[in-house]
Amino acid sequence: MDLAYSPKYEAFREEVRAFLTKYKSQAPKGLGAAGRPSPEACSWQQLLIQHGYAARTIPKDYGGYGAKPDILESRIIAEEFSAARVPSALQNQGISMLVPTLLELGTEEQKKKWVKPTLRGEVVWCQGYSEPGSGSDLASLQTRATVDGDDFVINGQKIWTSTAHEADMIFCLVRTEPDKPKHEGISYLIFSMKTPGIEVRPLTTMTGHAEFNEVFFTDVRVPKTQIVGQRGQGWFVANATLKHERGMLGDPVAMETRFQALVDLMHEETVDGQRAIDNPIFRDRLVRLQAELAAMKFNGLRLLTSASKGEDPGLARLIVKLQSCELTHQISALAIDVMGELGVLYDDSPYLRSHGSWQWGYMFQLGLIIGGGTAQIQKNIISERGLGMPREPKLAK
Amino acid sequence: MEFALSEEQCLLQDSVRRFLEQNSPLDKVRLAAGNTHTVQRSLWAGASELGIPGMLIPEDFGGMGLGFLDAAIVYEMFGRYVAPLPFLGTAVMAPLALMLAGSEAQQEKWLPKIAAGEIIAGVAVTESIGVREDAGVKAGKGTLTGKVLFVIDWAEADLYIVADSDHGLHLVLPGAKGLSRRALDTIDKTRSVGELVFDQVSAEPLPRSSADAVARVIDAGRVMLAADTLGAGQMMIEKSVAYAGERKQFGRVIGSFQAVKHLCAEMAAALEPSRSLVWYAAHALDEVPGDARLMACHAKSHLSEVGRFVARTATEVHGGMGFTDLLGLHYWFKRIGFDRQLLGGPELVRLEAAHLQGWAA
Ligand SMILES: Cc1cc2nc3c(=O)[nH]c(=O)nc-3n(C[C@H](O)[C@H](O)[C@H](O)COP(=O)(O)OP(=O)(O)OC[C@H]3O[C@@H](n4cnc5c(N)ncnc54)[C@H](O)[C@@H]3O)c2cc1C
Repeated sequence: MDLAYSPKYEAFREEVRAFLTKYKSQAPKGLGAAGRPSPEACSWQQLLIQHGYAARTIPKDYGGYGAKPDILESRIIAEEFSAARVPSALQNQGISMLVPTLLELGTEEQKKKWVKPTLRGEVVWCQGYSEPGSGSDLASLQTRATVDGDDFVINGQKIWTSTAHEADMIFCLVRTEPDKPKHEGISYLIFSMKTPGIEVRPLTTMTGHAEFNEVFFTDVRVPKTQIVGQRGQGWFVANATLKHERGMLGDPVAMETRFQALVDLMHEETVDGQRAIDNPIFRDRLVRLQAELAAMKFNGLRLLTSASKGEDPGLARLIVKLQSCELTHQISALAIDVMGELGVLYDDSPYLRSHGSWQWGYMFQLGLIIGGGTAQIQKNIISERGLGMPREPKLAK
Repeated sequence: MEFALSEEQCLLQDSVRRFLEQNSPLDKVRLAAGNTHTVQRSLWAGASELGIPGMLIPEDFGGMGLGFLDAAIVYEMFGRYVAPLPFLGTAVMAPLALMLAGSEAQQEKWLPKIAAGEIIAGVAVTESIGVREDAGVKAGKGTLTGKVLFVIDWAEADLYIVADSDHGLHLVLPGAKGLSRRALDTIDKTRSVGELVFDQVSAEPLPRSSADAVARVIDAGRVMLAADTLGAGQMMIEKSVAYAGERKQFGRVIGSFQAVKHLCAEMAAALEPSRSLVWYAAHALDEVPGDARLMACHAKSHLSEVGRFVARTATEVHGGMGFTDLLGLHYWFKRIGFDRQLLGGPELVRLEAAHLQGWAA
């Protein structure tokens, strides 16, 4: 156990700090919600890439900074940006999921064409996986792509497609081999959302915003060259992506920021003139969450060490999505309870606190518990892969 | 930057695991539960060969001079095998009290004996955390009067370290005049606690006593209890997974029922991050003094909560069999229950954590 960073890393930390001091004033206030980044957010992202604080390890040829992967450097960048309260690199499905997939499995031409503008925030992607009949059981998806000359012709429907209404491009799973077993008949296509035959219908969520959509495909023609990986290999290509998505969700630095906001809130809100922090029951709940947060934070450090040694941390990794999403949600839940009646105010109501972000978060984070593999699916994974328990018996056909 | 056990630590933990597997199987634990003393003495002698009693004691006094993380991963193994041994008081809290507050002469007299596994040292600090039953001792001139409850490693102790109500620490010999002793039987038969009643009992103060010294002894004790729960909880999960893989109902192993699988997943998901918290809390005792007390509180309270959940859930996975004495699963259940309440239950400990951060008046 040695929690000090070596001088090499401390020097790196100084570099990051110097950058932040120099450029802090140019940073946008926040990166806004998912979706299309603002022009300020794009220029900030491009500045970050230029200095190696975004797309750090992605080769220069593809628009990245070209540093060799060093997980501790990434960690230091995250720590320093968070401490300085400066928005860090852009995170969206294109950057977190599509780019790593293309780098791993795309053709040279695909990488050259898509990685750079995606990293720079100029091309926005959506993820077309789930369908009305295929959520947890994603491999049962039915959207068909048939071959016609040099094109695939796509018919079917996607749902819960985040940011599809703003996206330029989609990475999409379609069934190309309907006669094959379900996992072997899927292909992974990338195409423009402007392609004729695509209709996007925003789907209002419980937060009251249209954070995702239904997407309908009617005879959508996509050149055969726009497949990633081989025909029928889409499931495996997608799994490379899902791996990246799960990694995306356990972010102790972000959780700590939320927790600190909760501490501040509890020092500000009063009932009968008593601050929430002075109420023993609220305070007990707060400290309880703080201990859980500490456990997740140190679990994160443990994962970091395993990753830097190339070891598989097993259970310590498999539990991250389940535990982080739950903890984040609990932090919001306590904030709502602390506010009491004020905690149900919404929209532009008088007396609304923090622009309603706790209320929004409490609902949105429930979406995160469900999306990207539900809590129950996570428990299947933990018990089967982590603990080696038997799989569900197959139903007799 | 490395957040992991070192190779030596893994070896240490393995050697303790092997020692306990061979020398403290469940039937031995059962024997000890009926009669702590004789079994405990011989097992402790065995543990001494591994250097366990003196692991925290400096080499100058015959110990191994290791750190709290080493002690925590050893006690984790004790929890795993519900070992009926006086580790908490004798190997951790008493030596720490002597090192922090004792005179050189006191250290020279007692530390080598502890390190050699020759003596058992009981520790009485419960009243510094919360007073029950009007307990508490007052120090007079070289004497103590009053009573203390839940003295750790009470049975057969050759020496007691007692905190008075003004943060003074004292050495008391079990045969001292005016001292009466009563065992307190608890659910956990693998470790002993008891009561000491003092009537003008002559006691030797540790001259460098302070509120901070008492608090540090308690911090260390709390981290160890958290580690014990970690080990016991881990074993309960493994036992649950194994049992669920064998027991059949409705023509299939119960481990293929999702309800059962999800209970196991929930236990693992709760316990796994706790491991890192225990590691860090133990590491902080040695290396990050500014973080140590808060993290000891977090480790103690968090493992108490996770431990309770694992203990009851693992018992449910075992069905009626888990409720019987046949499997002995209850030894783990009770061990975890004991760890939760000793040295402060989670609500009390969280209140302390709030105080530490200026969140409570
Ligand atoms: C905020 C949000 C954003 C999303 N963004 C996208 C996106 O951008 N692109 C995209 O393609 N999809 C997206 N999704 C869809 C998401 O991946 C699915 O909602 C999710 O996989 C669950 O599928 P489902 O909704 O069909 O639920 P179902 O699979 O119908 O699940 C319903 C209930 O049944 C349980 N269940 C199902 N199968 C099992 C099983 N084997 N064992 C135990 N319990 C089971 C579930 O846990 C759940 O409780 C998003 C979802 C949300 C909430």
